[in-house]
Amino acid sequence: MTAVGTDDPTVERATAAGAALEIEGVSRRFGDFLAVDDLTLAVASGTFFALLGPSGCGKTTTLRMVAGLERPSAGTVRLAGQDVTGVPAHRRPVNTVFQSYALFPHLDVLENVAFGLRRRRTRDVRARALEALELVELAHLADRRPAQLSGGQQQRVALARAVVNRPALLLLDEPLGALDLKLRRRMQLELKRIQAEVGITFVHVTHDQEEAMTMADTVAVMNRGRIEQVGAPADLYEHPRTAFVANFLGQSNLVPGTVVEVLDGGRVLGVDVAGTRLRVPAARSVAAGPRVLVGVRPEKIRLVGADEQVGTAHDVLRGGTVVDTSFTGVSTQYQVDVGALGTVGVFAQNAGGTPVHPPGTPVALAWDPDFAFALDGDEEPAAGTVDLDDEP
Amino acid sequence: MTRLRLGGAVVPTFAALGFLFLLVPVAYTVLFSFNDGGKTNLVWRGFTLDAWRNPCGAPRVCSALVGSLQVGAVSTVVATTLGTLLAIGLVRARFGGRPAVDLLVFLPMATPEVVLGAALVSQFLSLRLPLGFGTVVLAHVMFCLSFVVVAVKARVSTLDPALEQAAADLYATPWQAFWRVTFPLLLPGIGAAALLAFSLSFDDFIVTSFTSGGFTTFPKFVYVSATRGIPPQANVISSAMFVLALLVVLVVQVVARARRR
Amino acid sequence: MLRRSRAGTALAGQPPAPAGGRGARRLLVPGVLYLGVFFVLPVGTLLATSLYAPVPGGELGQYTPALRWQNYPEALGAFWPQLVRSFAFAGAATVVALVVGYPMAYVIAVRARGRRTLQGLLVVLVVAPFFTSFILRTIAWKQILADGGAVVGALRWLHVLPPDGRVSATSAAVVVGLTYSFLPFMVLPLFAALERLDPRLLEAGADLYAAPATTFRRVTLPLSMPGVVAGTLLTFIPAVGDYVNSSLLGNSTTTVMIGQVVDARFFRLLDYPTAAVLSVVLMVTILVLVTAYVRRAGTEDLV
Repeated sequence: MTAVGTDDPTVERATAAGAALEIEGVSRRFGDFLAVDDLTLAVASGTFFALLGPSGCGKTTTLRMVAGLERPSAGTVRLAGQDVTGVPAHRRPVNTVFQSYALFPHLDVLENVAFGLRRRRTRDVRARALEALELVELAHLADRRPAQLSGGQQQRVALARAVVNRPALLLLDEPLGALDLKLRRRMQLELKRIQAEVGITFVHVTHDQEEAMTMADTVAVMNRGRIEQVGAPADLYEHPRTAFVANFLGQSNLVPGTVVEVLDGGRVLGVDVAGTRLRVPAARSVAAGPRVLVGVRPEKIRLVGADEQVGTAHDVLRGGTVVDTSFTGVSTQYQVDVGALGTVGVFAQNAGGTPVHPPGTPVALAWDPDFAFALDGDEEPAAGTVDLDDEP
Repeated sequence: MTRLRLGGAVVPTFAALGFLFLLVPVAYTVLFSFNDGGKTNLVWRGFTLDAWRNPCGAPRVCSALVGSLQVGAVSTVVATTLGTLLAIGLVRARFGGRPAVDLLVFLPMATPEVVLGAALVSQFLSLRLPLGFGTVVLAHVMFCLSFVVVAVKARVSTLDPALEQAAADLYATPWQAFWRVTFPLLLPGIGAAALLAFSLSFDDFIVTSFTSGGFTTFPKFVYVSATRGIPPQANVISSAMFVLALLVVLVVQVVARARRR
Repeated sequence: MLRRSRAGTALAGQPPAPAGGRGARRLLVPGVLYLGVFFVLPVGTLLATSLYAPVPGGELGQYTPALRWQNYPEALGAFWPQLVRSFAFAGAATVVALVVGYPMAYVIAVRARGRRTLQGLLVVLVVAPFFTSFILRTIAWKQILADGGAVVGALRWLHVLPPDGRVSATSAAVVVGLTYSFLPFMVLPLFAALERLDPRLLEAGADLYAAPATTFRRVTLPLSMPGVVAGTLLTFIPAVGDYVNSSLLGNSTTTVMIGQVVDARFFRLLDYPTAAVLSVVLMVTILVLVTAYVRRAGTEDLV
């Protein structure tokens, strides 16, 4: 890419490929509501970063503060090491793909894409805009108006309009939210390809955990204006540190218990859960005291006969009764009532040969204790689960 | 579909009578611009093009028209500018005083023209402002302003605020964002508001009669002439304005349609 | 939940950095100042004038600032018939305009839907009278309704009028004139409201076994209420204060409206306090009526 002809030093930096983003102690208050609460976050240059959380968690506000569309009540935002907290949106080397796309209805597709280039008085505007449209495979629709495009096409124009400026940072605010499921899957892969191709740092805001895990190198899980946990998707899934993360990323069975002994030279904790002794690797416990929440992912649990003998390598929870059976094709999902511990979810891979247990079947639950984890016992076990009243 | 058509042919018949009611005086006015009626133009006495050949033939009719056009033009520009700013501000600004501003905009529309006229002339007299072109313009801007605000506000509230944010995000300064994004998108509303303001100003009689002193506009000329008889030239001017306005509306519609393509 | 939804509105309504907040508030300043100087201040002056007292031994039209409250009972005692008549005439004209205008708006918005050319033409026909002088059109009515004219002839022939009956210079002529003058202000808001009407709602009404008349009463009419409210206000308010129709189409005794009195007091008799009293009473009465009406109709959002 040729250098951009402008006197603005902030914009000049935009021509360098992907800059690192640092957010430090940032808060944003709307009246008496604290949307973002003392947030600190670092995004490495050139990565695909996802900010994941339920609606209203403050992720969009965070994004808007990075874009310069919102001013933090406190804290600093740094781009490539430079403090940009007070820099207005139009002078930041950051571009955004808006949730509603925000395409200019009075301009054709080409002029929409060229808008940023023209503001910065770039040379070869037309050629560069067309090049960006080719990247999203829409060059043939350059003279259409946005209203004449489908949702997926509009989404790609919005992407081209942002990418064409070669920003240091590309912000995506729920960009796939308005698309249907199949198109969303395709666009996820497409976005990933484009990110790899242009090498710009992407910060992607989404409430869809699957989307975040599919696309991002690093995911930050946000809740109530705070970051719950940051890490690679697999790391977050396998080592959740809070009940919210455990429930929001996939599903978890969380049951309260008390650490009663330390086994195996300190490497394993023995936990009493309603009279049953369970084991948790000490490395997989984040609890500070003896009260813990023991967690096991549903796909890690195996259903066995009520009185079936299981080797000591596995932990067993007995006295369960199947209360619901849903066949989903790739797996069968069970809800098993285990008395005082409530209901436990179990996913059985449909590998063939395994019988389907109808509701009412008495069963026992078995799992490899290496996959169990322990969270702080003070946490609410249902945090981050879907609440029917909660979703808009 | 026929079940949905309320009252079959009855409703269109009533509507047609309504349109007839609306248009009869217009037709009458146009017709009598061709009347060989002399100075009073009261009864039909024969077809002539005399008045059309010499539209300024009657004393003061054209100077009154020019006065109306000048007042209309200045009032429209000022009222449209102030009203557009006010409309954008009302939709965008978040502050506690908004209900008060809404009320301030609504009140002039809820006040009959005689009251506006009497209030303004009291004010002008107490300020010892000489009545004339200037006071008429000040008055017209005032009563046009509210209508402009209402017309433009409707358009502003349909505008997605994300569009301006996108412009800022794409390196447009606030100034550029306004002229390249906000203004073009508001233009249909602003244009409609300006047309409304002009027609309100051009056709106003009551407020004008209170605030004009010796200055004469076209409606005032007609009203004052009414006792002695209105010259057919007034009908000519009115008919010509009618045709001109129809052409403007037609052109606007054709252009709007071409743009949609 | 409450917290969340509040945060949601805060986010959605949060203005962008360039045009928002204080910047947007600054846009209000010129217009608000203008209305302050040329509306609020004059109305204040009007209020003050309504309490002025004549200069003792002064000439006609010479008054001095005072708090002469008896101006009010005096003016009202002398002119209450004209005041009541103004509201009665304007009310009658508004009802007639609603009855005449609703079918027009309905045809433009619902029947002509989808036929853009026809719709455009009909809208132009509604606004067309705006383009010929209001006064000239009123004078046209005067001549159309004149004693020797075709309308009166026809009405006499049909025995609607007695052989020596007349239309011109009657209350009916003034109400017809008022209706005519402000009919477009009735039709346009009605059209705007009916145009937004989703035709699927009418189909749903029919689907739920409603007869066309019932669908109209239960679905169309309630949904067009904002248009009805706006239209009736835009017709009623100017009609109350109008004096062009009553002075051109009426007579000098039984059809005189309050606007004529204000005009005459102001310019012919230089009786500024009485003109101001009548203006203030007119304005206050209209505001009270409009507030009550809008409350009752349940559409607070007029501006």
